[in-house]
Amino acid sequence: MTGERFRIGFLPLVDAALPVLAHELGFGAAEGVAIDLVRDMTWATVRDRLLYGHTDAAHMIAPLAIATTLGKDRPAVPLAVPFVLGLNGNAVTFSARLAAETGLTGALGDPIRIGAALKQVADARLAASKPLRFGVVHRYSSHNYMLRYWLAGVGIRPDQDIEIVVTSPPFAADALAAGEVDGICVGEPWNSIAVDRGVGHIALATAQIWRRGVEKVLAMRETILNERRDAVEALIRALHAAAARFVEPGAAEESADILARPEYLDAPRDAVLRAVTDRIRLVPGGEPIHYPDFMFQYREAANFPWRSQAAWLYSQMVRWDYMAFDDTEAAAAGNVFRPDVYRAALAGSGAPLPGASSKLEGGLDEPIGAGSTQGRLTLGSDRFFDGRAFDPDDIETYLAELP
Amino acid sequence: MRIAIIDTSAGRAAVISDGLREAGLDDLVLVDTSRPLVAQIEAATPDVVLINLENPSRDLLEDFFAMSRALARPIAMFVDQSDAEATGAAIDAGVSAYVVDGLSKQRIKPVVDLAVRRFQAFSRLQRELDDAKNALAERAVIDKAKAILMKRRQIDEPEAYALLRGQAMRTNRRISEIAEAIVTSEALMGDME
Repeated sequence: MTGERFRIGFLPLVDAALPVLAHELGFGAAEGVAIDLVRDMTWATVRDRLLYGHTDAAHMIAPLAIATTLGKDRPAVPLAVPFVLGLNGNAVTFSARLAAETGLTGALGDPIRIGAALKQVADARLAASKPLRFGVVHRYSSHNYMLRYWLAGVGIRPDQDIEIVVTSPPFAADALAAGEVDGICVGEPWNSIAVDRGVGHIALATAQIWRRGVEKVLAMRETILNERRDAVEALIRALHAAAARFVEPGAAEESADILARPEYLDAPRDAVLRAVTDRIRLVPGGEPIHYPDFMFQYREAANFPWRSQAAWLYSQMVRWDYMAFDDTEAAAAGNVFRPDVYRAALAGSGAPLPGASSKLEGGLDEPIGAGSTQGRLTLGSDRFFDGRAFDPDDIETYLAELP
Repeated sequence: MRIAIIDTSAGRAAVISDGLREAGLDDLVLVDTSRPLVAQIEAATPDVVLINLENPSRDLLEDFFAMSRALARPIAMFVDQSDAEATGAAIDAGVSAYVVDGLSKQRIKPVVDLAVRRFQAFSRLQRELDDAKNALAERAVIDKAKAILMKRRQIDEPEAYALLRGQAMRTNRRISEIAEAIVTSEALMGDME
């Protein structure tokens, strides 16, 4: 298989690492796949280029792939996700003023305690008719859902007690600096850039809200997946090899050097390196702290597209679009994730392949060995901050129990 | 039919609006991209929004449209699935169109087609302008390199040009690249004898 070429759309974010490294370090070439990277500044443009054939695949926020398939806001186009580019890696960053008002300590604090302090400020602002305003990167983003899950869980009603607006990742730190928003939930390096500019304090890593939250995915049109199945599987192997390289000792510097370049993130190398190594500077001038669960690109079969993770995102779509739950839509959302393609691509490679395609999300407190058809697989704690668990086979009950 | 045009390039916005006016569509709103977009769109109540694909506010605008739909104003990105080709052409040209109040396809398609043609006309103009600018800049650097060679090697202009061209041919590079290298090295080492 030679001469295969994939144009892959991406936004300047650290979690675009795998397609970038697959191209730069030759993992694509080793699988007979050439990779052209197409950079954009908004998710809407990344999606449109994918739908209308400017690109063959894209680095995409997982809920947007589901929303596009379901035809939210626009004509439906079925997308497929055969590979997850990473788990978590986002943070909630407060303006300096809000950080002071909520008493952030300069350490990664407890989501419940910070939430309680935030609720007091939010109530006071609402009473003064100047509600707090937070920025997320897209209406259909994991950022929107993680932030809302946390806020609702600590008694702050999104859309009523607080405003949530949209700002594309590369402009999030600017929005914070300009005072347009009091907080942002965005991916790296944009939180770190806000901290280094002195305009923000990191309050929480989104991994503290959901320890194993699905983040960016490799999305493509379902028709492309079907028509170019062999090439897609080769691309998956290339991305998986890039993921293995990404976590090797000594690879972090190289990854940061590449990602920081003008054609990729065009961002300070130091901020990129911190995200790559899970070391996060929370306050301006502070020492970075190490939080090993900050961002996941490889461990625990992080790239495996669990249908239950897609189902959780759908549950939040129902919740925050204020729609009625729909069985057919729920099934369609789960089927956007394609564990079958992932398994076929990596069979015989030694990579751990889970035996199941769906699991209870948020049920694990301690690392546990999981059933696999190939390799050994251990799953770490996947808790939600409020201790609830999500059963993908009973979304309605779950939704009814949420605040 | 009221049409809002959002483009960070004032020149391109003018090219588009001229074209729409010529076609008899004169209810146009040019949105000032340096001010908050959503408030302006809300005030303008357009039937159709034409926005540059590269505009950094597209995510924000889609969110606003989605919320407007919740308030019972139908919104669709042009056009429906059966017209994927037309939409593809629009995206290719760099224009995204949103139909805000659910106008019929027959009425909206000519507007978008026109916008696409104007977008393409603009990028052609831009390309020609860039080419002309590049050609000028190249000529300036070649002249400079020639002057350096003439002075350093005590040769006349045709000889200096022949030297440049010969080196370019031997190394399979452009004459302007060779000239640039000479100018750079002169700037760094010109005073070393």
